[in-house]
Amino acid sequence: MNETLLQVRDLEVEYATPKGPAHAVGGVSFDLAKGEFLAIVGESGCGKSTLLFAIAQLLTYPGSISGGSVLFDGADFTSLSPEALRLRRWRDISVVMQSAMNALNPVLTIGAQLADACKAHTDWNDERIAQRSAEVLAMVAIDAAHLKSFPFQLSGGMRQRAMIAMALLLEPQLIIMDEPTSALDVVAQRSLMRQVATLRHGLGFAVIFVTHDMSVVSHYSDRLAVMYAGEIVELGPTREVFDHPEHPYSQGLMEAFPSLYGEPRELTGIAGNPPSLVEPPVGCLFAPRCAHANDECRSVRPELIAYGDHQVRCHWVARNKAS
Amino acid sequence: MRFLRILGSVVGRGFRFLRRDKKAAAGSIILFVLLVITAFPSWFTPHDPAADAYTPGIGLSWTHLLGTTAQGQDVFSQVMAGTRQSVLIALIVGFFCTVISVIIGITAAYMGGLVDDGLSLLIDVILVIPTFPLIIVIVGYLRNTGFWLMIFVLTFTGWSYGARQLRVQALSLRNRDYLLAARARGEKSRYVIVVELIPPMTSLIVANFLGTALYALLASAGLQFIGLGDISTQSWGTMLYWAQNDEALATGLPLMVLAPGIAIALLGTSLALLNYAFDEVANPALRPVKIARARKVAA
Amino acid sequence: MRFLARRIGFLLIALWAAATVNFLIPRLMPGNPAEAMMGRLRGHINPASLHALEVAFGINTHQSLISSYFSYLNNCVHLNFGISLLDFPEPVSSVIAKALPWTVGLVGVSTILGFFIGTALGAISAWRRGGKLDSVMPPVFIVVSAFPYFWIGLMCIWLFGLTLNWLPYLGGYTETITPTLSWSFVVNILEHSVLPAFTITITAIGGWILTMRNNMITVVAEDYVKMGRAKGLKPRRILWQYAARNAMLPNLTGFAMSLGFVISGAILVEYVFNYPGVGFLLLQAVENEDYPLMQALFLLLTVAVLFAIFVADIATSLLDPRTRNNS
Repeated sequence: MNETLLQVRDLEVEYATPKGPAHAVGGVSFDLAKGEFLAIVGESGCGKSTLLFAIAQLLTYPGSISGGSVLFDGADFTSLSPEALRLRRWRDISVVMQSAMNALNPVLTIGAQLADACKAHTDWNDERIAQRSAEVLAMVAIDAAHLKSFPFQLSGGMRQRAMIAMALLLEPQLIIMDEPTSALDVVAQRSLMRQVATLRHGLGFAVIFVTHDMSVVSHYSDRLAVMYAGEIVELGPTREVFDHPEHPYSQGLMEAFPSLYGEPRELTGIAGNPPSLVEPPVGCLFAPRCAHANDECRSVRPELIAYGDHQVRCHWVARNKAS
Repeated sequence: MRFLRILGSVVGRGFRFLRRDKKAAAGSIILFVLLVITAFPSWFTPHDPAADAYTPGIGLSWTHLLGTTAQGQDVFSQVMAGTRQSVLIALIVGFFCTVISVIIGITAAYMGGLVDDGLSLLIDVILVIPTFPLIIVIVGYLRNTGFWLMIFVLTFTGWSYGARQLRVQALSLRNRDYLLAARARGEKSRYVIVVELIPPMTSLIVANFLGTALYALLASAGLQFIGLGDISTQSWGTMLYWAQNDEALATGLPLMVLAPGIAIALLGTSLALLNYAFDEVANPALRPVKIARARKVAA
Repeated sequence: MRFLARRIGFLLIALWAAATVNFLIPRLMPGNPAEAMMGRLRGHINPASLHALEVAFGINTHQSLISSYFSYLNNCVHLNFGISLLDFPEPVSSVIAKALPWTVGLVGVSTILGFFIGTALGAISAWRRGGKLDSVMPPVFIVVSAFPYFWIGLMCIWLFGLTLNWLPYLGGYTETITPTLSWSFVVNILEHSVLPAFTITITAIGGWILTMRNNMITVVAEDYVKMGRAKGLKPRRILWQYAARNAMLPNLTGFAMSLGFVISGAILVEYVFNYPGVGFLLLQAVENEDYPLMQALFLLLTVAVLFAIFVADIATSLLDPRTRNNS
């Protein structure tokens, strides 16, 4: 197997609120191999974006990492000094955000924004910077003339591609993407995903891709993680999780997406609401909404248990597998 | 009616907010005290403010808390008596300006098209013409201005800033879905404006009122200071006029200048505090960062 | 460029409106004060100036309102404002020309200083949210901005001038010295300008700091600032090029609007310090019922404000590329 690039261990994130800390991410652990594509799916507010930014050490007040570690290529990101961390940014990990219109500085040209990333981490001269900038733009099929353009002069799809180009500048080993397709129409979505896949096959970087729409990512990711209320409840090879979801929540999610080719059937949702993150339930976080919950579920928080390469955080599943 | 209920809930929310936020609480207490003095000045004036019957030039003393003026008038009573004019001018001008700017700003945003173009032009032109020199020129021709003329002139020159702000906000709200839904339901424009459009703009309208009141306070004080107010009546600005006239600072009577100045600053501060607090209501990101201490969990 | 052309058009309309208001005001005043003034002047000044005044104030009735309006506008363009009563028989334009540099220097320097220092302080205080600067500053400036400009001036006179005797507080320079082009005279002028400039700067700066701080807080939460951090840029670059540059834009437009406010404050500050600028001149004109001077000064102040707005518009279009295309 590939070497391990990223090791997340028991990562916890809290948001300070007037009512007390909200546990947005509670004890997430997983490994990411070099060149692997991991998709993280979940509903709004489940903590997936928070997890992503916590890994990249980009949280701002009132969010902060309250426990755990993030080991990237051996170095513990959570304990690096801000300056040491800054120097590794963009070289090791780069970021693609949801809305390029908001993520690009409105008063600087595309070229200037590409250049300042280069200048912060390399000693390239202007010529080399211009050359590299044109290179990455070409990778996403944007003409180099747009180096002089301002963000508002590009179309939505172009801006998103420009962000991806920017992420590739220093050939990072990991690119994290926070819902980059959510602001696009289906055609643009597909086009973007194919672009990412092609680039990945060519350059070999790893991807952590966060989305609420798993159909977008199911054809491209190696592994799929399902998050609920700040925890990973299921993690495994994409096809397996997609075709045979084990956790009741994942099952509910799959049920909510009718197949285009299957029989017509009644749509079912998942009854209830996500739990309060300030005062979470004692036992399993999903128990209040789960049809299979028993007393053990309501009093003991389940661990993420591996069944082969498929991990599930559920007492009910554990009981079934045992028998 | 619905409107009264909404008004009631807005007022209720306002009161709860004033109690909670320290700045707003401080500002409202000061304002309340000044309003009481405005309503019942005779309770607070130990001596007749206009009477120049006392020994001139006394400093702080027990009989004359803030001393006397060069003419022998009691400073403390003057400050108390002057409260009424200064407070009323500020609040009345604030009120009228707010009403006008709400009407014009929202009409411009709601009507759109030529009406909007015309009103915007009017607003912007009045906005850029320097108002204080204009006021000075108008008042200069007329010599002494009475109470109501001062209010008229200040209102006429002061409404455009608020109108502009309200128009911008109303524009951003106008196309929101809930308004389109109201129109699709067949609601009349008047209903849509009053019941659906104005309530979310309440904090901006209040902030506007406070800002305009502050402007009116400082502008009227300035006009009175240079002698363009009604120098026969009591007001803080007029006190400063007489202080300047009598060369209070040079002759060692700083209280004549300090007292009214601090009074103006008190009212001004209360307005500014309330304004600041309402700014934070309108834009929650500005609120002070208050967090409950995280409970230490046993590892 | 379309943006600027549109702005110039607007500013010209505003100028025209101001001139028209200027024209109409004396005609609307009860008691016709202008008549009395003309009575005093007739026979003492040359016919051209007399005619200019008649036209400006609508005295001589054999011209219709419309034609005297156009004569007035014509006179304005040629800077023919008649004779000043204050400095009789100096023409108004030269009286103003003597006072103008003082105000330009005083207000210009104080405003620019206040804007830059205030904006920078606002940016820094928002960047270090919750830091010492951020918690101390807003309450301090709320209180300071509640005092009238002129009162702060009076306090400065009392404290620094009368009590401590550190700085002079009357006039633009010591009256008893004859003005020469020497270094010591320049120093004298500078000494006299410290207190007035300080007064204006202190009262104006609070507004800049607060608005910049509020804008910065919004901007700092934007995704592109987070992107700047993600890219590992130096914090100083993020602060100035990503955050401050965007937060400053609304401030620039506000700068022009606030200029009217600054001018009004400057008038009073000049009055308090007897500083020989156009503000002081205006108040003297009012006191002496010198209507031609008053009229001309109002027009001048309007032009000054409009010009400053135009400069702010140019600055905005330079700093914000989005405005260059939009109209």
